[in-house]
Amino acid sequence: MNAIRTVRRRALAASAALLGAVLVAACTSDAPPESPPAASGGGSTADAGTGKQSTFFEQAEYDRQLALADQTPEGPADKPWEQMLNPEMTDTSQYKTADPGDIELCFSNAGVFNPWRQVGLKNMRAEVKLHKEITKFTVLDAQGKDDKQISDIQELSARGCDALIVSPNTTATLTPAVKQACGKVPVIVFDRGVETDCAVTFVNPIGGYAYGAVAADFLVEKVKPKGKILALRISPGVDVLETRWSAAKVAFDKSELDVVDVKFTDGDPAKAKSIVTDALTRHGDIDGVWMDSGATAVAAVEAFEDAGKDVPPITGEDQQDFLQAWQDKDLTAIAPAYPTFQWRTPVIAALDILKGEDVPKEWKLPQPTITQENLGDYLKPGMPPLHYAMCGCESMPGFPKDWGGK
Amino acid sequence: MTTVESAPAPSGPPRKRTSLSGGKGLSTVRRSVDPVVGVWLAALAVTILGWIVVAAQGGNFLTTSNAVAILQNCVALGLVAVGQSAVILTGSLDLSVAYLISLGTLVAAETMASGGVVTAVLAVLALSVAVGLVNGLIVTGLKVNAFIATLGMAFILRGWIEDNYTGPAGEVPVSFQRLGYDRIGPIPVSVFLLIAVAALMWLITRRTRLGHHMYATGGDEHAARLSGVRTGRTVVLAHVLCSLCVGAAALFLAARLAAGAPWAGTEARYDLESIAAVVLGGTALAGGRGGVAGTLGGVFVLAVLDSVFNQLSVDPFFKNVVRGVVIIAAVALYARPRRTPKPPKALPEGRTA
Amino acid sequence: MSAPTDTGTPAKNVPAATPGKRVVRALGTGIPVYVLLVVLLLALLVTDPGFYEPDSFLSFVKRAAPLVILAAGQYLVIVCGEFDLSVGAIVTAGVVVAAELYGSFPDAHWLVVTAVLLVGGALAGLVSGLITTVLRVPSFITTLGMMLILEGAVFFWTGGSPQGVLPSAFRQLGRGTAFGWLPWAVVACLVAGTVAVLVTRSDFGRTLLATGDSDRAAALSGVRVIRVRTVAFILSGAAAALAAVLVGGFSGVSAQAGRGYEFEAITAVVLGGVVLGGGRGSVVAAMAGAFSLQALFTLLNLQGVSGALESTVQGVIVIAAVGLGAADWSRLRGRRTPSGSGPPGSTPTGAAPPGPTPPRPTPPTGTHPSGGTPS
Repeated sequence: MNAIRTVRRRALAASAALLGAVLVAACTSDAPPESPPAASGGGSTADAGTGKQSTFFEQAEYDRQLALADQTPEGPADKPWEQMLNPEMTDTSQYKTADPGDIELCFSNAGVFNPWRQVGLKNMRAEVKLHKEITKFTVLDAQGKDDKQISDIQELSARGCDALIVSPNTTATLTPAVKQACGKVPVIVFDRGVETDCAVTFVNPIGGYAYGAVAADFLVEKVKPKGKILALRISPGVDVLETRWSAAKVAFDKSELDVVDVKFTDGDPAKAKSIVTDALTRHGDIDGVWMDSGATAVAAVEAFEDAGKDVPPITGEDQQDFLQAWQDKDLTAIAPAYPTFQWRTPVIAALDILKGEDVPKEWKLPQPTITQENLGDYLKPGMPPLHYAMCGCESMPGFPKDWGGK
Repeated sequence: MTTVESAPAPSGPPRKRTSLSGGKGLSTVRRSVDPVVGVWLAALAVTILGWIVVAAQGGNFLTTSNAVAILQNCVALGLVAVGQSAVILTGSLDLSVAYLISLGTLVAAETMASGGVVTAVLAVLALSVAVGLVNGLIVTGLKVNAFIATLGMAFILRGWIEDNYTGPAGEVPVSFQRLGYDRIGPIPVSVFLLIAVAALMWLITRRTRLGHHMYATGGDEHAARLSGVRTGRTVVLAHVLCSLCVGAAALFLAARLAAGAPWAGTEARYDLESIAAVVLGGTALAGGRGGVAGTLGGVFVLAVLDSVFNQLSVDPFFKNVVRGVVIIAAVALYARPRRTPKPPKALPEGRTA
Repeated sequence: MSAPTDTGTPAKNVPAATPGKRVVRALGTGIPVYVLLVVLLLALLVTDPGFYEPDSFLSFVKRAAPLVILAAGQYLVIVCGEFDLSVGAIVTAGVVVAAELYGSFPDAHWLVVTAVLLVGGALAGLVSGLITTVLRVPSFITTLGMMLILEGAVFFWTGGSPQGVLPSAFRQLGRGTAFGWLPWAVVACLVAGTVAVLVTRSDFGRTLLATGDSDRAAALSGVRVIRVRTVAFILSGAAAALAAVLVGGFSGVSAQAGRGYEFEAITAVVLGGVVLGGGRGSVVAAMAGAFSLQALFTLLNLQGVSGALESTVQGVIVIAAVGLGAADWSRLRGRRTPSGSGPPGSTPTGAAPPGPTPPRPTPPTGTHPSGGTPS
């Protein structure tokens, strides 16, 4: 009958564990035991409820981006993907190819795990088609794995490509691989950077600080002082998203707005909708919604509608479904963009480099914002809901069909 | 329950509902379709097929650089899968490996940035032992199903990571990065790490008492207990072994990534992929049958497939379709011989204690 | 409190000779989950007194509906000794396919699209079921493969993102209300729950349990094991498709609508005291497990637990609750063993009823795809 004794012991141990768990859960209500006051929506301290600043925050880069946002870019105004801000040109004559009519481009992609990257890759493929001199375009997809992308870069740089484009999955972790590749082939990095300047050029838009600040400033302007702000973020620890939030935090801290909640949605609309609904229950009213990306914006709008409330000023992104809802429901909204047209630029840069023409060491692209005034320019009817409007693809062959529109 | 009937035969056949017919054919029949041989044959077949397909497209598959790349891509998944084999053999399962890898790389890189490499290695291994121990104790002590126990552990680790890290952290000295990038002749150093770990695990599972106990526990826990195996302790040790392998994978990834990354383990879905590789290698999910050699074959098949896809620039979504089909088809093939008559008591595996 | 009543109602509808015993038996192995659910609901009451206002409570039930339906489907598969890991992928695929269908046929009637989804889900279940039963592939692997195949195929087909918009008529079931106050999702949840209870009470339900308990014994006593299991998979697939309709209705087109649902559903079922490996547990408890899980999510959200620590708390609670469920409570209560409560008499060969519990659930087989960090 040993079994019975063990069974009972087991029961006791288990109940003790559950008791402990319930206590832990219960404790958090009044005094979170030892959890750092990270992104919790306490709201009682002087930081306006925004929590502590992200470790990613760099004041100098923040200042630089906000300054860039006010500048007028060089280049054709109707082709923002060819424009550049504050360029410091670098000489590329050493990379001039002997055979400009037969170019093989290679691209190591972090992955196509979200609609932004899917639209981007379509842009890049379309750009490649525009240039007859590119006879071969090889794409290796790392499916979000750093380790695989390192191998991909090694494989591509050994393959005899004329130029290698890299869209890194993670900033820090791909640095050694890119450094290795730099010795063999001209490298163009875009979207995320790497911690080395060995690449011939680094193509990217102004950046996350400018993005976050534009959205936050809009709310500061539109929402009355002491208004309750709900901040929805995708997930912690993603560098491009951390910068957006940290810039918004700076703006909110300076303002008189009260950030009542900072929540992570995992990019899941259902979860976002639940969070907004709960926030409405908990705080009675929400006077403004800040988002670090647009994937869940429509869900948030619907949560207000379903609760029978007016939709407060809200920020989104240039995703089609949000723009459509904005127009249909006449929202007070703004949509900063992290433009997908930047996927065209690396191809253009690669061809310039292989021609031996000067390119900027850091190719800073403009980062337009969609406002009430220019909403009509960007909202193209018939595009799929997860399309990104700032694609710069409207005049490319195959549009809109190749992008899923009609 | 059925355990009663198998009680007098401590080394009796695995009694598993999932495999419906616990019985197996004659050992000679089994030999010809031994999953280990099968999976390596499959690896060979995939390689040849890949070579043909790639050659038809005008490419060259069997180059040294490509072969090296395939080996290199085996390492991380291989280390995890070898660990996963240990728990699956014992009839358990570990779903926390992905988050443990992430945390491991972070701990490694941060410790290396402040302390020495040796301290960092020890810290990661200590972390692994702790996590494995807790996993094992929850499974055996609280009698929580391993699926839930290790899933819960995954959640706990995830919260810990997300609360303490906001992105890549730490720094790995160049001396340690050599583990990720150096080669001896054409072979990457890390491949030797994988071989060493796998060989060690093979010795443990096949040549020690612990190994016999693992097979016995996985085969039929009740019978094993009746014949004097301390099954609880065996399961806990299997979990510790698994976590140690995962720790080794974390160290390798830290060397390769030159930093700690909070999503190093999760984005690559090492939890799922490792289980798929183990099963592809012919190890029974219910435990008690299979081994490390097969697992390595499974890992190799997946790596070769990946390489073929790379060469052909296959759409990544289509890759998943093919992978799904391959996994199901492989296991269906392994399951086939067992459809032949089912004597309730087949010959024991011969290796059970 | 009302949630258990909700799920409990169907049980009472069943004509029973001794209603009291019937209820106790229905509760059976699930006792801990009801305790957990009550504790969580009380905690919600303390945290937010407004929680029990009809509107917010109904919206809670509405949000829980997809998970409850998934749990009911998953229960059928688990109780006959298998797993279904493909349900999350079926939800994603369902939402994407619906959007894609509306992209091609903008005027399709919502009933037609819903029916297509349900049939599609059932078909996916049929394939999984046949591979599992006829080809003898462990269901863990079958449904894992099915998950990869479905996700890959759907996105391969749509080029990564669906082309159409879900019209409001289709979304009504997940988003709208009947009579202006009762969410359709709650109705769907009640209907699905009732159907699930009726199914488990039917002859089929009893053979399901018997199969899970010992498929050899069941086969010997004339149960067509292959057919029973396959039907369980079909029902689980259809339930997942129904959940897809609700999720798509609730929050619109998303390429990751079903992410993580498979493991949430399994967790819910296991929280409900259903034994992985089959043979034991009640569907009402499984659905209560789903409600508990949703209540836990809501509580963590309302408590303002630091977003990051949320998963830690969730992990601890799930382990503890299942540990509690694994313990044999009959010994502590000093009463008749409840382990025999999941209709034990149905085991045709009377597989040793006196034994307190089966030695241990068969080793687990299952996993969850850790959601990657989107960036």
